[in-house]
Amino acid sequence: MAALSGQRRLERRWGYFMAVPAVLGFVIFTAGPMVASFVFSLTDWQIGGTPAFVGVDNYTALADDELFWKSLTATTYYTLGAVPLALIIAFAVAMLLNQRVRGLPVWRTIFYLPTLVPAIANVVLWIWIFNPDFGLLNSLLRQGGLPTGMWIYDEAMAVPSLIIMSTWGFGNTMVIFLAGLQGVPQHLYEAVSVDGGGPWHRFRHVTVPMMTPTIFYTLVVGVIGTFQVFSQAYVMTEGGPNNATLFYVYYLFRVAFRESEMGYASALAWVLFMIIMLVTFLLFRNARRWVYYEMAGAR
Amino acid sequence: MKKRNLLLYLALIAGAVPTLLPFVWLIRSALMQDSQMFIAPPQWIPEPFQWSNFTEALTAQPFGRYFVNTVVIAVINVLGTVLTCSVAAFSFSRLRWRGRNVVFAVLLSSVMLPYAVTLIPTFVMWQELGALNSIIPLTLPSWFAGAGGGVFNVFLLRQFFLTIPFELDEAAYIDGASPWRVFWLIVMPLSKPAIIVVTIFTFIGVWNDFLGPLLYLNDEEKYTLSLGLASFQSIYITQWGYLMAASAAVIAPIIALFFFLQRYFIEGVTLTGIKN
Repeated sequence: MAALSGQRRLERRWGYFMAVPAVLGFVIFTAGPMVASFVFSLTDWQIGGTPAFVGVDNYTALADDELFWKSLTATTYYTLGAVPLALIIAFAVAMLLNQRVRGLPVWRTIFYLPTLVPAIANVVLWIWIFNPDFGLLNSLLRQGGLPTGMWIYDEAMAVPSLIIMSTWGFGNTMVIFLAGLQGVPQHLYEAVSVDGGGPWHRFRHVTVPMMTPTIFYTLVVGVIGTFQVFSQAYVMTEGGPNNATLFYVYYLFRVAFRESEMGYASALAWVLFMIIMLVTFLLFRNARRWVYYEMAGAR
Repeated sequence: MKKRNLLLYLALIAGAVPTLLPFVWLIRSALMQDSQMFIAPPQWIPEPFQWSNFTEALTAQPFGRYFVNTVVIAVINVLGTVLTCSVAAFSFSRLRWRGRNVVFAVLLSSVMLPYAVTLIPTFVMWQELGALNSIIPLTLPSWFAGAGGGVFNVFLLRQFFLTIPFELDEAAYIDGASPWRVFWLIVMPLSKPAIIVVTIFTFIGVWNDFLGPLLYLNDEEKYTLSLGLASFQSIYITQWGYLMAASAAVIAPIIALFFFLQRYFIEGVTLTGIKN
């Protein structure tokens, strides 16, 4: 008994000690800055100047800020296009690869490869692909006798162009789906077959329900990530043409580090935080209706 | 059955062609003379192979220097992340202390946090500390269990640690070992796959990071590859041969890493997806 409590004491002491770096990191780099950014958001503050308390003025000013609404619309548009498209394509390809395909590692590598391209290299490559005169897309369209486009240089086409570009990187999601598909218990498929169900039944009543947790996870991660898109706007379009790709974080960056309006930018940051919380909350609440969870297992 | 297979492979090829085409376009442009690049319809085989695109692009700006800078930042981050995240994960999985699960849940919640929320105060903090234009803001946070999004690594390692039999710890404790010895001599050596996964993701994170270097590095000699490539792009805006050669050079190390550690990449991505 005495030995056990000695062991317990040892574990407790070391337990606290070993958690210190992580807890400190959380306080210094997450919790502290979060509180600070809220306090900043209540001030009028340029870099180098002294902050002046202005209450909720920054937040009310947002309502009249045309660029804020523009950035919110552009980002939502981008997210609504990019996330579902990537999910659908990733799911379809994962389904194909799950059919006992020969050379699976080779196929998987091919589809995974684009996700390895670093963001800026990706951007530089796609600027060239989108080039209206000599780029890959218009060259192919021209050869096929199809109408060409101005892509990122056209106000209406800019966001769809960036959606196409982001879809190229569906490989990550595909690998996750593939692992999920391979984890669907075989006996469920057999049960459907025994009952005379065809491929469609197997897909609709086994694959889809069993995959909903994975789909849900990739959906949440996808939305949060896509909502914070930055590099494309910064390097490719500078938010243009005519602010069509003025994505939220890029706008925030501009306000903070170009116009050095730290107070206003902090308000933007907090609004983004609340939007993401709200969207995540809605996704989770909605999830109960369509995400299938097996009876909580062993634990 | 045969017909079904044929359709399957046709569908896969139909997907693979557009996936690979941008890479083909990248490589052919990187090796082409300007004059050939502007011919319509587009040509696919460089004639002649313009290898000088690479040498000229990579010496027009000090890409070698950027490469070293990036690797330095990556190595410091990998060491810090692996070490401190493992220590934390060990505490959260194999040591019993009051409030452990609550603390872990709070830490994990920061994974969902948009980085933009902490961006400005963090920048102001580094400014006040006089650490701007140095690699400190880009490396020090990793020594606090990855800080922010890096907490996900703690989660990943913890999941892995939980699969190691607890009897090993108990036997060591009976022999009078300290928790540190159990961590360093038992748990860590058995966790190589998870450590490799964290290493890869941290490395790629640094290689990809653009906003961080953009905010914190001003002197050109301190640039990372991403930042260097962006600045190169803004100067050689229409020199497609150079731009593609430089991009290919930035992409190549990551692709090479992938081919060496392919199994761990796929395992790692899979692990993240199984989370829920």
